[in-house]
Amino acid sequence: MAEPPEIYLDHAASTPLRPQARAAWLAAAAAHQANPTGAHRAARRARQALDDARARVAAALGAEPGEVVFTSGGSEADNLAVRGALGASRGLAVTSAGEHHAVLEPVERSGGRVVPIDRRGLIDYRALAETLAAANTAEPAEAESPSVRSGAETPAAAANGDGSGSGEVAVVSVIAVNNEVGSITPLAEVAELVRSAAPGALLHTDAVQAVNWIDVAAETAGYDLVSITGHKIGGPVGIGALIVRSGAELDPLIVGGGQERGRRAGTPDVAGAAALAAALEATVSERGRLIADTEARRDRLLGTLIDRLGDRVQISAAPDGDRAHLAAGFANVCFNGVQSEALLFLLDEAGVRASAASSCSSGAQDPSHVLAAMGVPRELALGSLRLSLGHTTADSDIDRAAEVIVAAVERLDRHGGG
Amino acid sequence: MTADARSAPATGGPEVAADAGSAPASGGSGADPGRGRVLVAMSGGVDSSVAAARLLDAGREVVGVTMKLWGGPSDTGCCSVADVDDARWVADRLGIEHHVFNFGDHFQRRVVDPYVADHAAGRTPNPCVECNRHVKFDRLLRRADALGFDEVATGHHARVVSTPSGPRLARGADRAKDQSYVLHMLAPSVLARLLLPVGETTKDEVRAEARARGLVTAAKPDSQDVCFITSAAGRRAFLGDRIPLRPGRVMDAAGRQRGRVDAVELVTVGQRRGLGPSGDGSPRYVLDVDTESLTVTVGARADLERHRTPLESWDWTDGPVAGPAQVQVQVQVQVQVQTSAHGTPADARIEEAPDQPGWVVAWDRPHRIVAPGQSVVAYVGDMVVGGGIAARPGPVEAPAR
Repeated sequence: MAEPPEIYLDHAASTPLRPQARAAWLAAAAAHQANPTGAHRAARRARQALDDARARVAAALGAEPGEVVFTSGGSEADNLAVRGALGASRGLAVTSAGEHHAVLEPVERSGGRVVPIDRRGLIDYRALAETLAAANTAEPAEAESPSVRSGAETPAAAANGDGSGSGEVAVVSVIAVNNEVGSITPLAEVAELVRSAAPGALLHTDAVQAVNWIDVAAETAGYDLVSITGHKIGGPVGIGALIVRSGAELDPLIVGGGQERGRRAGTPDVAGAAALAAALEATVSERGRLIADTEARRDRLLGTLIDRLGDRVQISAAPDGDRAHLAAGFANVCFNGVQSEALLFLLDEAGVRASAASSCSSGAQDPSHVLAAMGVPRELALGSLRLSLGHTTADSDIDRAAEVIVAAVERLDRHGGG
Repeated sequence: MTADARSAPATGGPEVAADAGSAPASGGSGADPGRGRVLVAMSGGVDSSVAAARLLDAGREVVGVTMKLWGGPSDTGCCSVADVDDARWVADRLGIEHHVFNFGDHFQRRVVDPYVADHAAGRTPNPCVECNRHVKFDRLLRRADALGFDEVATGHHARVVSTPSGPRLARGADRAKDQSYVLHMLAPSVLARLLLPVGETTKDEVRAEARARGLVTAAKPDSQDVCFITSAAGRRAFLGDRIPLRPGRVMDAAGRQRGRVDAVELVTVGQRRGLGPSGDGSPRYVLDVDTESLTVTVGARADLERHRTPLESWDWTDGPVAGPAQVQVQVQVQVQVQTSAHGTPADARIEEAPDQPGWVVAWDRPHRIVAPGQSVVAYVGDMVVGGGIAARPGPVEAPAR
């Protein structure tokens, strides 16, 4: 049986390498094998390439070169932001229930606070304000508002001095664009709220998904810490960065060499940094057009699914149909009475690469913590499908994918949902 | 593939065809390359690895799947990430697709919850049987239907044989590893779509074949324990997290209190250990567990011997068998966790219960008491003819009519 043509709709998991990034990557890898921390000329050339990449990343993100810390990717950047902030100023971490696990787990392990999100996937401002007010005025035992979860007490929490015992908020982290459903957090409003309620806290945003879909330089200007990663924007896997604004104190996660101004030890990845810079520049310069084109494609895809499947399909984070808060590349939908795993199997077989919530380490589909936090009923959430579009998505992909999805859902309907 | 497993090729078929399935008479051999796609349940163990390899050799289109059933701690079995990795590794090595299906909700509802409820009621369930009944051969089969698979294969040591009245389940060639007991409930409609490619070979042969094929799972130990209970935490901790464990009195049949147990829910009919000192030094055995009155009734070894085992459910595979059969009960051994050993079949008849609708095992010679909740399986020769679940036997056997 001939393999069907591949339609890649999993850009939020990883998007194909951009040609500019590929060229920069290979060129830098060929030219700079020397360790940039060395003292000789070869090392100096490597360091110059690294500094050049650092300056370009900074410019694309509205930061200063000295504020760019290269990391191994988004998870490390998120961990460095949360754990680094907690390490530097013992206190409380606060985040939203819709975060990526790379933020959520460090916060929960530290005994921090997790603020609810609403049905559209956006942080609940009132709960955030209450949490920050309570944390900064009361002893933590009384600080819990009933709607706010407290992370588990763990040895890690104890290691933070008194863990949640300190009422001061050390760091607040909100995701810029939700990686599952695509909701765009109004970053400026959150920043305003946090600055007034918890002026001492560092403010972090996980902008890993956001670079493609919002003006990150402008939107994150008020944030102390900003995470990005290469492979979501057409750069390679294995390189990312955390913007650390001057004045923001972080304890490093990795020590032993003092690289990245003491914030991240280890021999810097010159080729990765060069590729990240190239991918970032390409993404930023093409962003306006990509957003417009992708939004049209996404809406056509959703339109076809809704036309053909009616109220069997729901846009996960747009309960009333309004999708203004959703990033252009995201079509996260739930099919009533259909099992995601079975749907993904049929899609994969027909050449359509997509994902459901988030794959756990075993590869099984676990029910999405984001959909659960949004209040999507579990039965409905078990039928979720994340179609994510990107810079290589073509109009023809959309039409073919819609046909495949409709056929798969109809088949599963005849078999009890799969 | 071992030479002795290889039988003569069928006319014109590929040489490997005949050894991919069971006996020449098999209804579900997997040998016919003209048939459709097969979904192979790959646990990450050696048997299912070799099963997948054999089907592939037989020319079948094979897709591997590992079921994620349990998210909590586990020593081994069907549940751990390491096992999924092993299954994925084997699938990659064989060049077949591999998927993971999360049936955790279903497993919780149909296996774990009833397991806990059974213990709360003083019964001794067999969760592996229920997992096969509800998860592997119901949920997975329905998923296979939905995805367009004609057949499902597993690495169980048992055989599907064809009879004039349809496919039947029979013991595997390796008597010591035979798993027909835990598959006894499979209906002919399931057996007709089930392939058991290692049922005709011994475990040693399977391991040797896995080694010869370079499969990482060749030396993995057999999984025997209840997969959702770890040896470290044990049954007590598992149940104690889910139900109240209540202390009870240990009584003898004459109504005298002989001691106490700290958790009646952990006591199994037939067990000897953990009852405290007997006073006179003679061993005592559990004859009955009553979780309502919190009473454990004990007696001497002779009191364990029963002529009949009442059954709370019984299904004949192909109609009642009036004549003699061999009946097998999986003996539960109480160690730190509940492990199962293979029961020894004994001669018996399955008779209609004298005083109510239903069936009872009438043993030819007195048989050790069977804990309520245990699966009871009847064979004629190698063939499963029926199966059911033991009812509460009571502290004293009623006199035979």
